[in-house]
Amino acid sequence: MPDNPQVVLKITDLVKSFDSTKVLKGINLTVGHREVTVIIGPSGCGKSTLLRCLNGLEPIDSGQIELNGQLITAPGTNWSAIRQKIGMVFQNYELFPHLNVIDNILLGPVKVQGRPRQEAIIDAQSWLDRVGLKDRALSFPRQLSGGQKQRVAIVRALCMSPQIMLFDEVTASLDPEMVREVLDVMLNLAKGGLTMLIVTHEMAFARAVADRIIFMDDGHIVETAQPEAFFNNPETERARRFLNIFQFQELERRRA
Amino acid sequence: MLDSAIEIFTAGRNTARLFEGLAITLKISAAAVGLSILLGIPAGLLMSSKKRFWRVSLKLYLEFIRIMPILVLLFLFYYSLSSVFNINLPAVTVSILVFTLWGTAEMADLVRGAVTSLPRHQWESGRALGLSELQLNLFVIVPQAVRRLLPGVINLTTRMIKTTPFVFFINIPDLVKVAQQIVEVTGIRNPLASVWVYGVIFFIYFAICYPISLFSRFLEKAWQN
Repeated sequence: MPDNPQVVLKITDLVKSFDSTKVLKGINLTVGHREVTVIIGPSGCGKSTLLRCLNGLEPIDSGQIELNGQLITAPGTNWSAIRQKIGMVFQNYELFPHLNVIDNILLGPVKVQGRPRQEAIIDAQSWLDRVGLKDRALSFPRQLSGGQKQRVAIVRALCMSPQIMLFDEVTASLDPEMVREVLDVMLNLAKGGLTMLIVTHEMAFARAVADRIIFMDDGHIVETAQPEAFFNNPETERARRFLNIFQFQELERRRA
Repeated sequence: MLDSAIEIFTAGRNTARLFEGLAITLKISAAAVGLSILLGIPAGLLMSSKKRFWRVSLKLYLEFIRIMPILVLLFLFYYSLSSVFNINLPAVTVSILVFTLWGTAEMADLVRGAVTSLPRHQWESGRALGLSELQLNLFVIVPQAVRRLLPGVINLTTRMIKTTPFVFFINIPDLVKVAQQIVEVTGIRNPLASVWVYGVIFFIYFAICYPISLFSRFLEKAWQN
């Protein structure tokens, strides 16, 4: 058992470079059980890379990552076993186009976890129902809208019963009218007590969903704060400048 | 005029021999195509993997096979193996071997092309679900690659069928060889022999290859999701 059972994810001094460019310059971050942590920051600040390091899609240079007290950055880590505990949803709707919705969802539980198919189907159906896609189980990805695909991708990750979910800008490639339906699903998951680590550019959503905001810039965590405090009165100059960009966009929108 | 045709195809065992020749053609093609697909898929996956050793050695193999005329390969394996290593393989085995060497190289390149054309995030989302590399290939990559492969594989199959007459040169009585023998024997008395016999051969090749392309069109429609 971990020292503190409330800590799901603990990142210590994480460093990551691409070739000669340092992308993550010593990240320290702890995510508690049932906590919703939202990471924001300008493009290229390393937030997506951070998520990708957490489930081993990117190898790290140095530092440590612990999942429920288990060190997962040691050499010889069984990533397949770890990834079953860390759900991830990406920016592009990453469904498998040759499989229908239910088969997309069942691949993990049945083939990886070896659960009985019937039991997994019941589980999948109830999740599909909860995200409003009950009657889409037999549709193929090409028959779905972007928002529907992204909701399926979320269900697919949830059906592995992960201990934490990572969301990497999941609404960034959606048409504006589809963004809401996906964010609503995530908001409900947060209310349901799912442990989540979210990277997003949707500031209003971040404010609504987050227990804690992490502001990253240039490979560092610059500021950690409660959402209200962060958005009303950011402590650092860099965060203020970043938030100003969004306010400017708001003004532009009002004038138009 | 029709009499001359009837004469040719009823004389002796001519028609039976044509069918025997056809059987040999089909046997060599089917065995070589089947083996090429079986061996070409893992070879193609290795060619598109990050393993440098496999990428380089398979690329060399592919280039070597492409440069060599099939006929040279047939001679090399049929005559040189026996004289240098004292290995005497039956001619049909040699031809299946050579056509498989060629087909595997072409198939591997087709697989590599199909796999590398898949978007990178297909691998990532598969890995993120905890799929092992084998499962990832089995359930995600290969099924999608196969759909993209289909036109190329059909093309390769018909090309291989149409290239089998080369076995003629290592004395295998395939369809074309038998036809030539029949024309040689009957042509003296029957000046239309070559027209009839090769005409029939023409339609036999068409009758084999056309259903294959129909089948591929059927599969393409069935997989259109």
